[in-house]
Amino acid sequence: MPIRTKALAVLFAALAAMLSLASAARAQTVLLNVSYDPTRELYRDINQAFIADWKAKTGETITLRMSHGGSGAQARSVIDGLDAAVVTLALAPDIDAIANATKKLPADWQTRLPNNSCPYTSTIVFVVRKGNPKTIHDWDDLVKPGIQVVTPNPKTSGGARWNYLAAWGYAQAQSKDDAKARDFIAALFKNVPVLDTGARGATNTFAQRGIGDALIAWENEAFLLLKEFPDKFEIVVPSVTVRAEPPVALVDGNVDAASTRKVAQAYLDFLYSPAAQAIMAKHFYRSFKPEGAAKEDIERFPKVNALGIDAFGGWSAVQATHFADGGVFDQVMKAAHP
Amino acid sequence: MAAAIRLRFRRRSAIPGFGLALGYTLFYLSLIVLIPLAALLLKASGLGLRGIFEIATEPRVLAALRLSFGLSLAAAFVDSIFGLVIAWVLMRYRFPGRKLLDAAVDLPFALPTAVAGIALATLYAPNGWLGAVLLSFGIKVAFTPLGIFIALMFVGLPFAVRTVQPLIAEIDREVEEVSATLGASRAQTLRRVILPMLTPAMLTGFALAFARSVSEYGSVIFIAGNLPYVSEIAPLLIVIKLEEYNYAGATGIAAIMLAVSFVTLLAINLLQAWTRRFAHA
Repeated sequence: MPIRTKALAVLFAALAAMLSLASAARAQTVLLNVSYDPTRELYRDINQAFIADWKAKTGETITLRMSHGGSGAQARSVIDGLDAAVVTLALAPDIDAIANATKKLPADWQTRLPNNSCPYTSTIVFVVRKGNPKTIHDWDDLVKPGIQVVTPNPKTSGGARWNYLAAWGYAQAQSKDDAKARDFIAALFKNVPVLDTGARGATNTFAQRGIGDALIAWENEAFLLLKEFPDKFEIVVPSVTVRAEPPVALVDGNVDAASTRKVAQAYLDFLYSPAAQAIMAKHFYRSFKPEGAAKEDIERFPKVNALGIDAFGGWSAVQATHFADGGVFDQVMKAAHP
Repeated sequence: MAAAIRLRFRRRSAIPGFGLALGYTLFYLSLIVLIPLAALLLKASGLGLRGIFEIATEPRVLAALRLSFGLSLAAAFVDSIFGLVIAWVLMRYRFPGRKLLDAAVDLPFALPTAVAGIALATLYAPNGWLGAVLLSFGIKVAFTPLGIFIALMFVGLPFAVRTVQPLIAEIDREVEEVSATLGASRAQTLRRVILPMLTPAMLTGFALAFARSVSEYGSVIFIAGNLPYVSEIAPLLIVIKLEEYNYAGATGIAAIMLAVSFVTLLAINLLQAWTRRFAHA
């Protein structure tokens, strides 16, 4: 008997300890930022800065949790109930999908923060092998026979949609003709030997597996690659590219339920502060307000001729025309494999 | 021997509690298997038979289904043959390192499939150890259907080995010796005595490896190349539909896969029953 009593006492003590730990954790404010794949390093630095900033201002210690994954998959998690305080995704349509499906944020969410709710933008560039052995300088060079191009599947990767749009924008500017632009896209994807599901996967295929002559990639991803393999690759800036705008938004329904609206809003505002803008530039993202950033971080960005999403008629038109079931991308792939 | 096996299958249970056990079985099966599958079918039923038929006959879906099921059958077939050989060697011979080899068979079970996929892709890529050699013979493995086939063989192998292993352990050596003393040649012993005893288990292994391969996503995605109509597997097409927020389309393909798998597994089961009868007739 005494042994059993003792065991029970230990059990209760353990339970009590767990409960008190749990309640201590609850007392602290926890924010969940649901983001897309390549932003891990970026938000690790930003979160650290924000936690220090918030503590200095209010004396309150908060915890920031991150969730990373493909932008579309992340949006679906939030739709299915992941209690994100803020979402920082690759494409506006993914946040639109959350707004439409859950009504947890208003349809006009993108007007609530400066620069279409994009604290930074990025662009699309080519990465080629050192010395540029296949002399790739512009989009035209990618559709030549015998050239292999690595880009992820626009169906599963947000970054790949920007790649696709940049190619489309170039072809459109050249021919002013949709049918010719479509042929250009067909020729481009004919040269793609591997369609990875995400941007990081495509980078690996190109860099680690040695597949392809050119990689179409996020600018930040390209810089990261050069940093990791200093003497193996070069960046090529095409004559036309896109201004990719990864937006951020407060998920009102979730922050109101957890009464964390104030700090979550402060977190998003902080993304526009000089400190955070400098961190973004450091991680190769083009800050919205580069004044606060280190000069050498800004200077390394090449000048680009970048089209915004409006040049393509806005996201809903782009989705419906190009990426929806049976859209231009599907048609092009179908035509290539009768 | 035959009588013993028949006894094992036909014997009435001496243990009470049939009602309780059956109730528990039904409850557990419903909770874990039937309810999720019913939810899937319910979601797919929103499409109607016509909608499902349209999805099923879409050329791209057809290509993906053909690839997934064709390669899974092929991989399961090769796995069953080599699985039998491996199991035989592991059970019948004593050699140093046997225990290690035996344990290694289970590794494809334990390894996260994504890790397996990345390892295989690294190995078979044009700049990988094996890939470079094979490429010099003009054979491309990674990022082609052949790569998918290899990944599927990898994940299916443990099923093929583990299902026949216990049966091999049960076969007495005397059976072979009797067969030999009665004048059978070695080939005859193998064909008329050993294989009939193992066929039902081999079919089980085949079915399990096949089922595993059809549903495989993680390891295939890294080595497939994922080109529509060429190396795009059906599970990837489901993920693509989800990325389009097309839940109905995704469940439609899933329902089709489920139906084809069910029919295939049923056929294998019937075949198994037939071989069992054949073996002991």
